[in-house]
Amino acid sequence: MRNATYPAGEEPGWVRSLPDGGAEIALPGEASVTIAADGRVTLSAKGELIEVMPEADGIRTDITDPPGWISLSDKRFMANLPEGGRLTVTRSRTEVFRRSAGWELFFFDLDSPFHGKTAGQLLALAVSGERLDPARSNLAAMGRDFWFNSVWHHGDVAWAIFETLLMAFLGTFGAGLISLPIAFMAASNFTPARIVRQVFRRGFDFLRGVDALIWTIVLSRAYGPGPLTGTLAILLTETGTFGKLFSEALENIDEKPVEGLRSTGAGAAPRIRWGVIPQVAPVILSQLLYYFESNTRSATIIGAITGGGIGLLLVQAIQTQKDWEHVTYYIVLIVLLIIAMDWLSGRIRARLIRGAAA
Amino acid sequence: MTDIAQISADYRGIAGRKRLYSFLLWGIFAALMISGLRLANDRNAGGFWDGLPQIFAFPSELIGEAIEKAGALPGHMLSYLPALIETLNIAAVATLIGVIGGGFMALLATPGLAPWPRLVPLFRRMLDIARAIPELVIALVFIFVLGGGPVPATLAIAFHAIGALGKLFSEVAENASPKPVEGLESVGANWIQRMWFGVLQQVGPNWISYAMLRFEINIRASAILGFVGAGGIGYALRNAISWGQGRYDAAAAIFILLFLTIVTFDQLSSMARERLVRGNAGGRI
Repeated sequence: MRNATYPAGEEPGWVRSLPDGGAEIALPGEASVTIAADGRVTLSAKGELIEVMPEADGIRTDITDPPGWISLSDKRFMANLPEGGRLTVTRSRTEVFRRSAGWELFFFDLDSPFHGKTAGQLLALAVSGERLDPARSNLAAMGRDFWFNSVWHHGDVAWAIFETLLMAFLGTFGAGLISLPIAFMAASNFTPARIVRQVFRRGFDFLRGVDALIWTIVLSRAYGPGPLTGTLAILLTETGTFGKLFSEALENIDEKPVEGLRSTGAGAAPRIRWGVIPQVAPVILSQLLYYFESNTRSATIIGAITGGGIGLLLVQAIQTQKDWEHVTYYIVLIVLLIIAMDWLSGRIRARLIRGAAA
Repeated sequence: MTDIAQISADYRGIAGRKRLYSFLLWGIFAALMISGLRLANDRNAGGFWDGLPQIFAFPSELIGEAIEKAGALPGHMLSYLPALIETLNIAAVATLIGVIGGGFMALLATPGLAPWPRLVPLFRRMLDIARAIPELVIALVFIFVLGGGPVPATLAIAFHAIGALGKLFSEVAENASPKPVEGLESVGANWIQRMWFGVLQQVGPNWISYAMLRFEINIRASAILGFVGAGGIGYALRNAISWGQGRYDAAAAIFILLFLTIVTFDQLSSMARERLVRGNAGGRI
């Protein structure tokens, strides 16, 4: 399979066409790969000359004792050059990776007709110009090619980040919704019965104590990998945390507004709605926002365990041990995501506190 | 009379608009929650309602086996005690490094106390970045570089703890009274002496209280990192679960051990913190 063919004479400097129809590819670190017209691959690296021949049922090579940088099986030959090159030979395809710094493939991969164009050319194509793909406009085609970039997978990465955020959002706010009414049962000024209070408090302690790790393991048995498992794990743990925090907030309220409402004959529901909630709302909102930010971090970690979101992508990229540029990219994305959430939640909390003080 | 009618109409108008806004806000929130849950459900391997009956399958299997082999549980617990101690040690060392490093960084990043006031924003950004990188990310990279074991986990948790504690410490130090510092300065104390005798005495209880909270968080983090290969009780747990049915008694023992540890330290640290900060203004954490 060929993705694209360089026109004669326009190959990059490190590819040289051979007269017999093959090609010689220079790799960093004094290495080179020669692909003959019949498919025979010759790798010259580290002072060794290695020949690999792809055949109908696998590959054939004369190496008996492969060194550490070569992994070899009947079907697959892979050589990793630490200087920035990789050669993979299977029966159906021979692939040479030559690493170079830059944005070469970040926006469009080699399949895309937009690859290799300058920003000005792209702009001209987007605004006017012939449709490269008659089915859709150039701008749509660019968006599509970017989104489905086969090297950097922008679409999948965006989905993964969204999933991580989704887990944190649903887990945090779902836990807030559930634990607010229950927190009344654990607050001494709303539930005079000591035994009931103790039951609920120990319940919250249990949810918190079991820890997100154990919840994740238990839930992933029932639901398998995915964002729902992570959401529920965060939701359960944080229900315990919020139950404790909210019940403490409820115990600290000023009783006077409640007394005032009671003196006008208000029932329990209006007393809570107009006497209690306005007092605890800023505290609760600020805690929810703080935990939303902190749970974005947890969702990354839970995703790595249970298989969802950007955490999974990162773990996969590290485990395959070959595309470290992806690892770096994901780490940068995670850090940016968390800094953004930190900033956002900090700003909203500062506004809330200022608004409550004014 | 018309004035009062006017005021009352205006009030009703404003109140109505406020009600409309909060109604809209709740509507948006509800829509986000519902559509988000549906989306999470769709993208998950198993759906919520299909999985619901199975949610208790694993715990009940686990508990069933644990009860069946109840006699073996104490033995298992004892055999996993070293792993638990390793997890606790990781958390303790990481907290210690975090307190020392975070304390230094906090003093460097607090306006009014910093020896180089111009560099305060730089140190603050450094703390932000240290806080933003999840422990797991650092741990995975370190595990790859250094191999599995407690060292990468300790380094990873310590790095994150420096960022998290540094920020909290700096907030406490900002509120410290400058008078002792000025007094020490007037008698010619250098920066380290001013901090040691003037600031640390004031912020000590609050700093220790945050450090204890961090220790509790670090125990959880250390267990999770063990699960991805950094040793300790988390690693033992992963192995015990992968042995599968018939050997869940070991997993049950670890679950109990982990649960008891977390609850114990949660209670201990909240008791100790309450004692430490009681009487301090704004001591509630």
